[in-house]
Parts: sequence; C-alpha cells; structure tokens
Amino acid sequence: MATHVRTAEGSLDLPAILKDCLMTGLVVFALAAPIIGLRTIDTPGGLGIDYRFDDVAFAVLAGIVGRFLLNLYWAYGGRRRPKAKTEEIAGGRAGAFMKKVGLYGGPAAILFAIAMPMLPFADRYTLDVAILVLTYIMLGWGLNIVVGLAGLLDLGYVAFYAVGAYSYALIAAHFDWSFWVCLPLAGLFAAFFGVILGFPVLRLRGDYLAIVTLGFGEIIRVVLLNWYEFTGGPDGVSGVPRPSLFGLEFARSSSDGPTFHQFFGLEFSSLHRIVFLYYVILALALITNFVTLRLRKLPIGRAWEALREDEIACRSLGINPTNTKLTAFAIGAMFGGFAGSFFATRQGFISPESFTFIESAVILAIVVLGGMGSQIGVVIAAIFLIGGTEVFRDLEQYRMLAFGGAMVLIMIWKPRGLLAHREPTLRLPPSRKPEAAPLAGGAS
Amino acid sequence: MIGLFADPRVATAAAAADAALLSVEHLTMRFGGLVAIDDVSFHAARREITAIIGPNGAGKTTVFNCLTGFYKPTVGRLTLNREGTLFYLERMEDFRIAQEAHVARTFQNIRLFPAMSVLENLVVAQHNALMRASVMTFAGLFGLKRYRDAEKAAVEKARYWLERINLADRADWNAGNLPYGDQRRLEIARAMCTEPVLLCLDEPAAGLNPRESAELNELLRFIRDEHGIGVLLIEHDMSVVMEISDHVIVLDYGRKIADGSPEAVRSDPNVIKAYLGEDEADELPPEIVADLEQKTGGEA
Ligand SMILES: Nc1ncnc2c1ncn2[C@@H]1O[C@H](COP(=O)(O)OP(=O)(O)OP(=O)(O)O)[C@@H](O)[C@H]1O
Ligand SMILES: [Mg+2]
Repeated sequence: MATHVRTAEGSLDLPAILKDCLMTGLVVFALAAPIIGLRTIDTPGGLGIDYRFDDVAFAVLAGIVGRFLLNLYWAYGGRRRPKAKTEEIAGGRAGAFMKKVGLYGGPAAILFAIAMPMLPFADRYTLDVAILVLTYIMLGWGLNIVVGLAGLLDLGYVAFYAVGAYSYALIAAHFDWSFWVCLPLAGLFAAFFGVILGFPVLRLRGDYLAIVTLGFGEIIRVVLLNWYEFTGGPDGVSGVPRPSLFGLEFARSSSDGPTFHQFFGLEFSSLHRIVFLYYVILALALITNFVTLRLRKLPIGRAWEALREDEIACRSLGINPTNTKLTAFAIGAMFGGFAGSFFATRQGFISPESFTFIESAVILAIVVLGGMGSQIGVVIAAIFLIGGTEVFRDLEQYRMLAFGGAMVLIMIWKPRGLLAHREPTLRLPPSRKPEAAPLAGGAS
Repeated sequence: MIGLFADPRVATAAAAADAALLSVEHLTMRFGGLVAIDDVSFHAARREITAIIGPNGAGKTTVFNCLTGFYKPTVGRLTLNREGTLFYLERMEDFRIAQEAHVARTFQNIRLFPAMSVLENLVVAQHNALMRASVMTFAGLFGLKRYRDAEKAAVEKARYWLERINLADRADWNAGNLPYGDQRRLEIARAMCTEPVLLCLDEPAAGLNPRESAELNELLRFIRDEHGIGVLLIEHDMSVVMEISDHVIVLDYGRKIADGSPEAVRSDPNVIKAYLGEDEADELPPEIVADLEQKTGGEA
C-alpha cells in the first residue's frame, strides 16, 4: 500500500492521509480493545470483567492524531516516507504469505477447532458461540460456491437453509427416522429446490438474478408461514429430535437403550450434548470445505470460475452455462440444507422467524467481507461478524452501528475482501523434455 | 429431407466428402430495420486462411456471431462439414456449436478469464474432454487414475500451445496481467485447445506492433499447415491479410462485393471504391499505394 501524501502538484493528498489515519486508528483499536479495554476484577460472584471504553477511545484518538502529525512531517519535513517497492513484488509477497497461511494456518486452525472443547475456557457459553460461528462458516462456505466461485449473486440463500431445516424437522416428525438418515435427505431436498429455482432464473444475470433469488427466499418463508397444516405456520415445528451417537442418546435417561453417559460410565452432564453438537457441525463444515476445495481443482470448479470471469467466452469454448450454473446452485443449496438440518436439530424448534432476509444478508456479508472465493476469508469474516456480535452483546444497540461502520471501513480499505488472493488451481509442472525440443523455435 | 429438420446433424459421407469445410448460403441478419448482413454466401476450406475484410460496420463481426450461434440469422444456411458429418449451425445453440461442431472463435475485444492463470485459461478450454474423463466430476472427486491421466494430458496440450506462443515461462501468471499482444495470442491458443476444425479470429492483429504482427502471421500459418484446419480471419491490417490469406472475401454495408485470391481482390475496382469512396476511386491515398507496392515488391 503505497500512500502518497502529496499529489504531483505538491499539495497535500488529504483523503490518503485520512485513510492512513483511520487505518492506524483501526489497528490501535484492535490492539487496545482487549489489552486496555477489558480488565478482570473481583466481584462477589467470582471473576468479572470491567470495560474501560473511554481509555480505548483515548488510545485510538492518540494513535490517529499521532499518525496525522507523522504524515504532516512526511509531507513537509523533508524525509520521504519509505515507499513500497513495486506493485508486482508486493503482490508476490502477498501471494507467498497467503500460501503460508494456507499451508500452516488452515491445519493449525483445524487442530485448534478440534481441541477447542477440551480447553479450559470452553464453557457452555463459549461452545454455544462456537457452534453458531461454525454454522455460519458452513453457510458461508456453501454460499461461497455460488457467489465466490460461480459469480452468481444469490440473495435468497436462506431459502435452502430453511428447506433443509424444515425437511429434517418434518421428516423426523412424520417418519421417526434418525438425524443421520434425515441429514442427507434434507441436503438432497435443498439441492432439488436449488435446481427447481435455478432452472428458470439462471438465464438472468447480475442484479436481475439477485432480485429473483431474493424473491424466492421470501416466497419460501411466506409459504412456511402460511401453510399451517403442513409446517405449523408461525407456531413452527417443535420437538425436533436430537441427534444421537450411534443410537446413544444424550439424555439423563432413555426408554430405549442406554444413554451416552450410561454407556460410557460417565457422570451425566448437559455439556456432553453441546460438545457432540460442536463436533457434528465441525465435521459438516470441514466436509463442505474439503468438497469445495476438491471441486475447485476439477473441471467443474474451473468452469464455475470461468463463468464468473466471462460467460460469453465460456459459451465460445463449448461450456454449457446452464448446467454449470445449476450444479453450482445445487451444490451450494445442498450444503445450505445440511446446515439447516443441523440448525433444526440443535434448536429443537424451528419457525419461519429464523429464516428472514437478514440471514441471507449476513451470510452474503461473510462471503464478501472474507474475499469472494476465499475459504479462510470466510472463517475470519464469520468469526468477526458472528462471534463479534455475540461477544459485544453488552454494547447493546451500538453493536450494529459499530459493525456497520467496521464493514464500511473494511470495504474502503480492502474493497475485494479481507483475503482476495487467489491461488491457481494447477501449475505447469517443469518440462520433462530436453531443452532443444522440436516445438521451440519458429515464432520468435 | 424431413430428417434434416429433426436432427441438425446428417451424415451423408459421400456427398460431403469433397464439400467445403464451411458453406454460408444466403446469410441475412436484420436488427429491426437495419440490415447488417444482406444475402451473403461464401465458402471456406480446410487448410486455408479465408480473410473477411471490409470497412467499419460492414458486418464482419456479425457474420462471426451468426456462425458461432451468438446471433440467430434472419435467413440463411450455415453448413459445417466435420469429417463427413454436416452441422447446420444456424439451428444450434452457441455452446453446442463449439462443443459438437468444433467451431472456435476469438473476440474483437479480448475475452480471456483475467483472474485465472494462463494455464487455467487453456485447461478450461478443454472442459468437455475433461468432464467426460471425470465422469461428470465423480471420478475426479475421488481422484481416479483415469481422471488424473486426462488432466495430465490436458496440461501437456496446454504446454504445447504455450511453447508455440512463447508463454510457457508465464504459465502461472494471471491472464489479465499479460501484455496486450500476449493476451491476443493466448486467446488464439485457448481457442485451439478446443480442437476446432474451424477457427474464427476477429481482428487478431489489432493493436499489435510490427514484430508481434509478424509472430502472429507465423502462428496462423503454423495452425493452418500443421493442424490442417480452416481459419476465418477478420482483419483490417492489409499487410497481414495480403501476406497470409489464401482467399479474401470483401463485405461492404452487409453485402459481399468481392471474393477471390488476395491479388484479384486487391485490384478489384469495387473494393477500391468501397474503401475509398465513390469520388476518389482512382486516386489512392499515398500510404495505401506505398503499402500495396511494398507488398507486391516483397512477393516478387
Ligand atoms: N446486436 C446488434 N443490434 C443492433 N445492431 C447491431 C448489432 N450488432 C451489430 N449491429 C450493427 O450491425 C452492423 C455491422 O456491425 P459489425 O459489428 O458486424 O461490423 P464490423 O464489420 O465487425 O465492424 P468493425 O470493423 O468496426 O468491427 C453495424 O451497423 C452495427 O451497428
Ligand atoms: Mg467487428
């Protein structure tokens, strides 16, 4: 990021300076919020947290003012600010950095996620937030196939989430099948809905597609709300069965067979079920991730990306755009359906309330904020958006304001998302032929 | 004849054996009141470069758009003969023309996949072959050998073309970061990766410097001679047209005004009139005269 503090004419480049100062403020905030802003204190009920927002505000202000003065010094005080070398080298470095993140960051994050419930700070609340974040990570990854890879702006993704949730709840209620049978069925149902919706609308592009998918999301919600006999309307479906581990239920006692804690001879704890749910959603999310990563390296995944880049060129190369888009839509919908049935089984109760447009918007925000097409970007954005809103619940109504502001800032700073770097899906292996191959020569 | 209407492909091997690769008959394309192409007929043959020239707005790109299915012609029959199988292009969808009739094209405004690497651009072009090898993705998902071999073969084919266009050392670059001339050649290589029998190039030399233009001529000759396919070439640069084409078709206001060898077309009075206007028909601007003389001199 080479910020020039002076334009060619020699006057101050004020917007650049302001941007620079805001960036500094953001960094200071990120550092100061946990370090200065939170203080543990003794309360009668145990350890509590004291928030010191005024101190954080002072630190941020000091950072901004200091940076501004520094900028003025750079502009008038002679010494030039060290410039970033060239765009290309910077890009190369970003690429190398991202490669490292992919190589070590991904596995490290997975290991951490697996170990998380065993760590000392993993109480019920932390696990609940983690499950919520993982659900959104999974939804983000599912939508990433549609929006990030295939470039189809889908504003109604929540529809597939709802179809998955209701399919699971209704199938389980009517047929009394277990979660593990209903889960794939719910995914298939959602994929089927994806195809049904996709078939007529995928001819549309860009804004038109966005509007139609938005409409579809609302239609599904309104149908769920009004088809009282089937879906229970606004009352929703309650008593959705909980998942079991190979038939072992997570309950204090059960009429059919031993329960989890009896089987393993453990003390009963309601935390067992939470930990189990945590691992279920972790596994589902990781499956989504691995399937996506694999698909991206296959012809179908490359066709999705090519379609995002230029549909006309794709047609000229003989790629069937409708089929290619449909597969993206269906696979994205399927993962949305899986996440939906997980949501249903976790809540034990679903109603149309849970599937409003705002959910679609949040999932889309996760994908866009993370950097379209970036898997790790989705994780970071989901932690930031979902985890953040949960952790800062005490800020009450200022929470949304703060997050809106933060999103605007990120879009100014990184318009293509936090991690917009893209790794090629395959590289040219070194040639096995000797240098003087007959193919060379001629054209030059 | 009824069968013709049921299936766009009719195998009449005997009749088609010596027919032209492409025959365009009575092609007419209207946009509302505007007649962009008016009853144009011509043929293009295998192992030949057929140039289509004409002033701006003559309808050249529209002919390509009809051939590749992006426009449905108002009237006309477009027959492609691929190894004895006839394809009636005017009835086929755009992607099927590329997929089944194997007609490939490039665009007047380059249309690469800019955020994808150079190599990926060439591998995407082999999508249909790879899809078949990956058994609609399933064999690929589980990494079966059959698919891995197909992918290797696709990469080797890409390497072949990369070496042809001197881009092998930049295979992992984003296509959008290449210099303009390289993008033009990459687009041609990408079209060639679809294994076409007819390659349609829309102004491939536009914006190239003389050295790049010479390289392009070399590449087109190589494609014609080594791969034995037909090339349709829209071009404004007369040095390219005169040097490499075997056959020139001249369009003006949507009508065909000349058709023949480059030498014949160059001296055709209709062509000179179309390019220079009615009045100064016999008074060529000095740079064109110089250009023509240089060409004739060079060949002699
Ligand atoms: N989709 C369209 N709708 C309406 N008119 C069109 C359309 N496409 C082309 N035309 C018109 O058809 C005529 C021929 O256009 P075309 O693009 O084929 O010219 P061209 O010979 O390729 O010219 P150039 O050398 O400038 O590329 C023009 O008058 C153009 O405005
Ligand atoms: Mg044109």
